[in-house]
Amino acid sequence: MESVARSQPTAGADPAARKDETLIYRQSRWTRLTHWIWAISLFFMLLSGLQIFNARPQLYIGKQSGFDYNNTIFAIGAENTNAGARGYTEIFGHRFDTTGVLGWSGPAGQETARGFPSWATIPSYYDLGTARVIHFFFAWILTTTLIVWLVASTVNGHLRRDLAPRLDDLRRLPQDIVDHAKLKFHHTREYNTLQKMAYGGVLFVLLPLMIITGLAMSPSMDSVLPFLNDLLGGRQTARTIHFTVMVLLVAFFVVHILMILAAGPINELRSIITGWYRTDPPARDDNSTERSA
Amino acid sequence: MAKFEISRRKFLTGASLGASGIMLSGCDAFDSQLSIGSGLRSFLENANGLTYRAQRLLAGRDALAPEFTEADIRQPQRPNGVTAPDDDVYKGLLANNFADWRLEVSGLVEKPLSLSREQLMNMPSRTQITRHDCVEGWSCIAKWTGTPLSLVLDQAVVKPQARYVMFHCLDTIDRSLSGDIKYYGTIDLIDARHPQTILAYGLNGKPLPVENGAPLRARVERQLGYKMPKYLYKIELVDGFANVGGGRGGYWEDNGYDWYGGI
Repeated sequence: MESVARSQPTAGADPAARKDETLIYRQSRWTRLTHWIWAISLFFMLLSGLQIFNARPQLYIGKQSGFDYNNTIFAIGAENTNAGARGYTEIFGHRFDTTGVLGWSGPAGQETARGFPSWATIPSYYDLGTARVIHFFFAWILTTTLIVWLVASTVNGHLRRDLAPRLDDLRRLPQDIVDHAKLKFHHTREYNTLQKMAYGGVLFVLLPLMIITGLAMSPSMDSVLPFLNDLLGGRQTARTIHFTVMVLLVAFFVVHILMILAAGPINELRSIITGWYRTDPPARDDNSTERSA
Repeated sequence: MAKFEISRRKFLTGASLGASGIMLSGCDAFDSQLSIGSGLRSFLENANGLTYRAQRLLAGRDALAPEFTEADIRQPQRPNGVTAPDDDVYKGLLANNFADWRLEVSGLVEKPLSLSREQLMNMPSRTQITRHDCVEGWSCIAKWTGTPLSLVLDQAVVKPQARYVMFHCLDTIDRSLSGDIKYYGTIDLIDARHPQTILAYGLNGKPLPVENGAPLRARVERQLGYKMPKYLYKIELVDGFANVGGGRGGYWEDNGYDWYGGI
C-alpha cells in the first residue's frame, strides 16, 4: 500500500536508459521523522558527551576508579617535555603523541590542556554543568524517539518487512560484502544484508546499550536497578562501555555517510526526506545496475 | 496532505542545512545561548525536572543505593573540592580537635539544636560501604559512619512548611566582590530522610580526615558528590531557594550544575 510504484521519466542524460526507473515510497513518515530527530540528538549528545568526558579524561575497568592502583585502560593527558607541552593518548598502556587534537590543543600560542579539543565539544570552553544539561535533555529526546520508532515500526510493518533478518540474508552476505567492496550498489525496495546488520545493530544493540550504560552511571538509578552495574561489571566499566559505544556510533556515522555518497546522495537523501526512492530498473542485467555516482 | 508533505520536506531540508552550517562554523556557535538564565538553557533545563520526577517515581523514598563489602575498599577515599580549608574559624576549631565545634540546626524547626560532636556520636549510628560518584565521572568506594540525618531532624521537629535541608559549610570555595563564598547546598526532605543519608564523622573505621570534610559531612548516597557538603556547621530547614546563595539551591547549582544530582 505504501509502496505505490509509479513510472516516472527522469530528465537528464540518456533518457533511454532511465525510462524504466521507478520511484517507490520507501521510507514511512515515522522512519523519516525519527531518523532526523536521532541525527540531531546524537550530534548534541556526542559533543556534550565529549565535554563531560573532558572533566575526567580517563576510562577504568571495575566498580571504581583506581587512584592507588591501576585499572585505567584509556587516558588523555598533557605533559611537559623538552620540546614543550605535548598532548598524549594512552590506550592499554600504549602512549601516542596526539598534540593538537587530544590532550593539548587550541589556537596557536593559546593551547591548553584539555581532553577533546574545543571544536569537538559543546560548549566550546570547559563547562561540565552546561554539557550535562544538554546531554540529559537530548537523552530524553533520543530515548523517547527510539520508543516511538519501535512502536510505529512494529505497527506499520517496517520491522518485520525491512529489518528482520531472514535466512536469505545469510546466503546473500558473501556477495553483499563483495558488492559493497566494489562500491556496486543495488537500489531496491529491500535493505541488503549489511544494511540490515548496520541499522539493526545501531537500533537494537548500540542505542539500547548506550541508554543502559547511561542509566547505570546514575547513582539514583542504581538504587532502582542495582543489578545493572553488577551485570555490566561495575559503574566504571559501564562508563567505559558508554564511551566505546560512542566510538562505534561515530564509526557507523562515517560509514553511513560514505555509503550515501557512494550510492548516490541525491536519491538517498530524497528517500529519507520525502520517502520516495528511485529503484534500479527491474529485470535488467546485473551489470547495468552499477551506478556511477 | 500533499501540502503538509512539502512543508515538512522544506523544514527538514532547512534543518539539515542549518545543522551542517553549525558544524562548519564550529561548536562555539551555541556558547552565547547557553549562559545561566538564557531562554534556550532554561528550556533545556526542563529535562532536569523531568529526570527528578521520573527517578523519584521509580526509586520512591527508600530504595537503597548499592552497598559493598570490605574487600571493595581498595584505596583511601579520594578527596575533591576544598581539601584543606584556609578559614581562620575552621583552623581554630581544628587546632582544638573540634572540641568547640557545634552543629546548629535551625530555620523551620520547632526546637533549634546545637549539638557537639560527642552528642552526635552518642546518637544511634549507621555504617555503610558505598560508592562515591563524582560529577566529573570517577568513583571511589569507602566505608562511612555517621548519624542518620532523619534522627537529627526528628529531634529538632521539622515544621510542616519546610521543604529543603540547607547545609552551611566552614570552607571558602570561592571569592566574589561581596566577599568569601562558603560552600552551601540543599537537598529535599525525601533525601534528607532517606535511610542512608547520614551526617558522617567516620571514614574507613577512623575519624573523618580534614581532606574529606572533618568534623562532619553529609552522605547522600543516591546523588553525586557535589550534593554531599563537607565541613558542616549548620543545618537550616528552608521552604525554598530564595535565600540560598544565587537562588538555584547550592554553590555549584549557582554555577550551572543541576540542583538534582541523582544522574
